Amino acid sequence: MAAMTLMTATSFSIAITGAGGAGVISCGDLLLQAWARQGGRGLLRKAYGPQIRGGESAALLKLTADECYTAASHYDLVVALDWGNFTRFEDEISLGPETRVVCDTVGEIPPSVLSQGPAVQQLGLAEMAADTHPDGRVNMLVLGILGRSLGLPAASLVELAAEKLAAKPVAYRDAATCCIERGYTIALDAQVSVPPLGSPQVCYMSGNQAAGLGALEAGIRFVAAYPITPASDVLEWMAAGLEQLGGQLLQAEDELAAINMTIGAAYGGVPAFTATSGPGLALMTESIGLAVASETPVTILNVMRGGPSTGIPTKSEQSDLNIALFGLHGDAPHLVLAPLDIADCVFTTGWAVNLAQQLQTAAIVLSDQFIGQSTAVVSEPRRCPPPAAGPARKDNDYLRYRLTESGVSTLAAPGDSGQRFTADGLEHNEKGTPSAKASDHQLQLDKRLHKLVSHDYGDDWGRRSGDGPIALLSFGSSYAAVAEAAEILAESGVLARTVALRLLAPLQVEALNEDLAGCEQLVVIEQNQGGQLYRYLRGQMDFQQQLYSYAVPGPVPLDARQIAEHVMEVIG
Amino acid sequence: MTEAIKLKAKDYKSAVKPIWCPGCGHFSVLNAITKAMAGLGIDKDDTVLVSGIGCSSRLPAYVDSYGFHGVHGRGLAIAQGLKVARPDLTVIALGGDGDGFSIGGNHFMHACRRNVNMTYIAMDNEVYGMTKGQASPTTPIDWDHSKLTPHGPGVRAFKPAALALAAGAPWIARGYSGNPNQIARLIAEAIAFPGFSFVHVLSQCITFCPEQTDWKGVVNEREGPALVDADEAAALFLHEDGFQTGLLFAQQRPTWPPATAEPVVEDALDHLAATFRV
Repeated sequence: MAAMTLMTATSFSIAITGAGGAGVISCGDLLLQAWARQGGRGLLRKAYGPQIRGGESAALLKLTADECYTAASHYDLVVALDWGNFTRFEDEISLGPETRVVCDTVGEIPPSVLSQGPAVQQLGLAEMAADTHPDGRVNMLVLGILGRSLGLPAASLVELAAEKLAAKPVAYRDAATCCIERGYTIALDAQVSVPPLGSPQVCYMSGNQAAGLGALEAGIRFVAAYPITPASDVLEWMAAGLEQLGGQLLQAEDELAAINMTIGAAYGGVPAFTATSGPGLALMTESIGLAVASETPVTILNVMRGGPSTGIPTKSEQSDLNIALFGLHGDAPHLVLAPLDIADCVFTTGWAVNLAQQLQTAAIVLSDQFIGQSTAVVSEPRRCPPPAAGPARKDNDYLRYRLTESGVSTLAAPGDSGQRFTADGLEHNEKGTPSAKASDHQLQLDKRLHKLVSHDYGDDWGRRSGDGPIALLSFGSSYAAVAEAAEILAESGVLARTVALRLLAPLQVEALNEDLAGCEQLVVIEQNQGGQLYRYLRGQMDFQQQLYSYAVPGPVPLDARQIAEHVMEVIG
Repeated sequence: MTEAIKLKAKDYKSAVKPIWCPGCGHFSVLNAITKAMAGLGIDKDDTVLVSGIGCSSRLPAYVDSYGFHGVHGRGLAIAQGLKVARPDLTVIALGGDGDGFSIGGNHFMHACRRNVNMTYIAMDNEVYGMTKGQASPTTPIDWDHSKLTPHGPGVRAFKPAALALAAGAPWIARGYSGNPNQIARLIAEAIAFPGFSFVHVLSQCITFCPEQTDWKGVVNEREGPALVDADEAAALFLHEDGFQTGLLFAQQRPTWPPATAEPVVEDALDHLAATFRV
């Protein structure tokens, strides 16, 4: 068989598919970690079917030379542990004539795969694994095979596998070692050449872990939450951390309880946080309004998934922007932020916590399944520690909701002497006494709006790059694909600037207008069907530019090349 | 903490005037709460009253302590979050029968089960007063005074004490608004109890259920010590008429959160961040 060129100049992508529980995610995870130890960069996207065991799962790896936050758009190598599970990902894993496929000798290769003309190498994977060790598993065998082809040291793979299986019986670890070593003896037909390696001084994390770290570093010491895919792993990661920090995590009976417990802890003066996904956010909205009205600082991380209703719990979409912006009843100004990539989950979540604390309001952070559950090799992430605490303030004649120039009033907590008040979701006067008077309503509405819109958010409201006459606008996780699309456009001589919004509410209209100065055409790019960001921006700003929407629903990640093609099309 | 607090019940009242109708049972509960606080010498600054929505849920503003008047049905959730985050505080949740047993029913069950060290006072008048007289989960099956259910709710009433017991509440008492001294004594005991203490108060609504003035003739104080056996308590709560008052059931059970065995780790944040380094 002729050797094939399996790699592009900058990346090498591998898809490993199998049944849920077959360990393909572990295989991809260990492979990327070993790659990172050698100084490589890359991203692992995890795709699951709805079942936990017996469903399908895929480890979608992109190995790169530089930091990378986009999913692979094509695959150089596909390892299908079985074909039934592979075909469930056919929409997400495109094969081409340059794709090499590795599969078991058992099982018939589907015509839909053969018709795309990949080179196929069949190996007796299951038989070999069973033959190697009584507890032998195919995923570890594949890890050995792939590790060798990528030039990763066998010892590194064995060590990482042993760390991952530390809590398992010793026989499992032995089996893993044997299978990795056996796999390492097997050569792929084709020569694989990989991207160049850099410094191994890096971090390896998922967006959900990064968000948890950002929250704890910003001072969160109380979490109440109800399990929900794809946010549960934020909570699982934070549980251990909170214990070490002397904080508390409370598993609530539902999201209604979770947000209210969070509000209760925050009222007690302990920075408090919850994490959820779309259906949970919907349940929380009434009480997020309570946090706004009672001016109790809380941070809600919403890891978005396909909606509406139960939707596609295991896959990504940016379709909760509308509910995050407009889901609260009444006039309820609050903060909405979105991390721009996995590492940025540390900064943006930390920033959200700090802003919520400072402005005594609710902050919703819109992450999603793609950046939440993907892991990446990243440089040391930027941090957002809490601002240094000012001197303790004590007001004489304490008024909890005192009208001030900034709109922010002194927030006492139980235990503070002589500053007793009743926090209230009922409209109230400065003291906090319930009031249905028109004047009190107007004054307190104005106070709650003013403190948010008059705050100086600095330059972190967005990430801007380039200065071409075309602007590509995005928010949150779409940014990475948009940035790549701008590079592709530049190769074709089309200069585009990118503006990615990290702070969605309050929208920094003036700053955004400044950034768009001199720009003639604007394309708003997002991963949902309805063009939620596009419509929001049109409602908030008077654009002089021609405005276009590129809105594609999930769950397939936005593709840079398709974005670039669309931009070329609309700008003529 | 201020030293040697010698305050009278009236010193625990705020300047805010209650919105309740004349003759409302909730006045008795307010008096009982402030009396219990005075009796225990509780520091106002270290006490928080938390409520949901309804006539009774207005109560926190009438007490000169810290307070939180939240949204309908979620007072117990706010209170548990607060107590878990701030175990040094005295936390009392309160509200009505609709708030606690209907919209907040799930939180009631789980609060009983979780057993956080706090007190919950349910002021039960068997009616939604604030929305002008609709049937609640404790309204008698044939109560036909509401235009919403002109033939009566047609469903049997909840038995809050039985529900609390089944859900795991370790301490259950019942009071009657016609006997504020008894309520004050029960609330003082409830606050002192190390765990989730549930005080079910029959608190009459003179406006929408004037027939509740008849309660005076049927309530009776239960004789003998509180039951400690859950089987006996179950038999009592399932078959009684609901008008026995006093401390009915008391059992010691581990509270949540459990005392942590793991000490706080120095530089924990640095260690956590380091786990991500390759």
